[in-house]
Amino acid sequence: MERHYMDSKIKGVSTGTTILAVTFNGGVIIGSDSRASMGGNYVCSKTINKLIQVHDRIFCCIAGSLADAQAVTKTAKFQISLHSIQMESPPLVKAAASVMKELCYNNKEELQAGFITAGWDKKKGPQVYTVALGGMLLSLPFTIGGSGSTYIYGYTDAKYKPDMSREECLQFATNALALAMGRDNVSGGVAHLVVITEGGVEHVVIPGDKLPKFHDE
Amino acid sequence: MLEESTESEWQSEVKTGTTIIAVEFNGGVVLGSDSRVSAGETVVNRVMNKLSLLHDKIYCALSGSAADAQTIAEMVNYQLDVHSIEIGEDPQVRSAATLVKNISYKYKEELSAHLIVAGWDRRGGGQVFVTLNGLLSRQPFAVGGSGSSYVYGFVDAEYQKGMSKEDCQQFVVNTISLAMSRDGSSGGVAYLVTIDEKGAEEKCILGNELPTFYDQ
Repeated sequence: MERHYMDSKIKGVSTGTTILAVTFNGGVIIGSDSRASMGGNYVCSKTINKLIQVHDRIFCCIAGSLADAQAVTKTAKFQISLHSIQMESPPLVKAAASVMKELCYNNKEELQAGFITAGWDKKKGPQVYTVALGGMLLSLPFTIGGSGSTYIYGYTDAKYKPDMSREECLQFATNALALAMGRDNVSGGVAHLVVITEGGVEHVVIPGDKLPKFHDE
Repeated sequence: MLEESTESEWQSEVKTGTTIIAVEFNGGVVLGSDSRVSAGETVVNRVMNKLSLLHDKIYCALSGSAADAQTIAEMVNYQLDVHSIEIGEDPQVRSAATLVKNISYKYKEELSAHLIVAGWDRRGGGQVFVTLNGLLSRQPFAVGGSGSSYVYGFVDAEYQKGMSKEDCQQFVVNTISLAMSRDGSSGGVAYLVTIDEKGAEEKCILGNELPTFYDQ
């Protein structure tokens, strides 16, 4: 609820948004809507990409002030690349999430953005981490964020099952995004989904008219 | 310590920060609510029944300021009794909802309560009406209260037209259970009222008998 209020009080461009990341058997799906709004009643972009690739198999999605989020993700991307060169191996998802967390925690007074980091690494397989507004880092089987997430807490609590298949997970994530976009006025546009597995990364974009419809539409 | 906490209790208004829901099915309606009443951060009543009787087969679900909601319900209960004697038969659900709406709209600035009115009458069967801020609108189902934000997605996804009475009851219990687990101002037990041609049946489901989901 706090996050919801924060989003609408942010001056300038904010990603009043819906973001989520869900693990399934063999990978993780990270998804978001594509609307950027200013002041709660002007859509400044209908097709913004909120899924940032910070490394080959690690993605981040952002909620909150766009400017803050872009600054943090650029810095994080650089730090993670450097780390991966020094270690001579792909970075762990936990390392990427820790980098985000350090940046958020050390600059907690100035920043107003929350992140979800998800990816696949050889040590622990698919993982999802969330970094909250003040810099708290949590590892979870799935997580939702942004202003639109308020409306789908009940749905995701009821419908999530551990060890889903890729198709079930895709359907779960798409439904959750569609439901949130249907109720939150600052989330909308198209649904961006990225499926990350050991084998690679696959982008799925679902335009607004192809999203699942529910009883009143 | 004692002095500090009593002061803050009396200073904060008593609210039924709550979750309420009403659903139509073929032949009646099901209403549901949680049971927590809070004043600031304190829970002042953990077993309050927020489903109030307006007439034999018409109930309303209360949310918002506890005092405002209870007063509206009592006033409408009285007005409906008089009305049903005047017309010589059971009142329509729409009449009850209109009475609630009239009070909500007239005293819009002073009151802060939202009542969902639902019931059964001979002419229209089961009906659910929302009266938020003085609007009157009939809907197949309605959710309200602070906990409702968290379950909009769930009810949008799970509601289907033409559910049976048992399906409706299960749907209502699931929704309340999910909302209670996420909303700090909703909790306690779940109250259910099923209204159909034969009358109204009240049920109380204790906390440990509520459905649980994957993380509980």
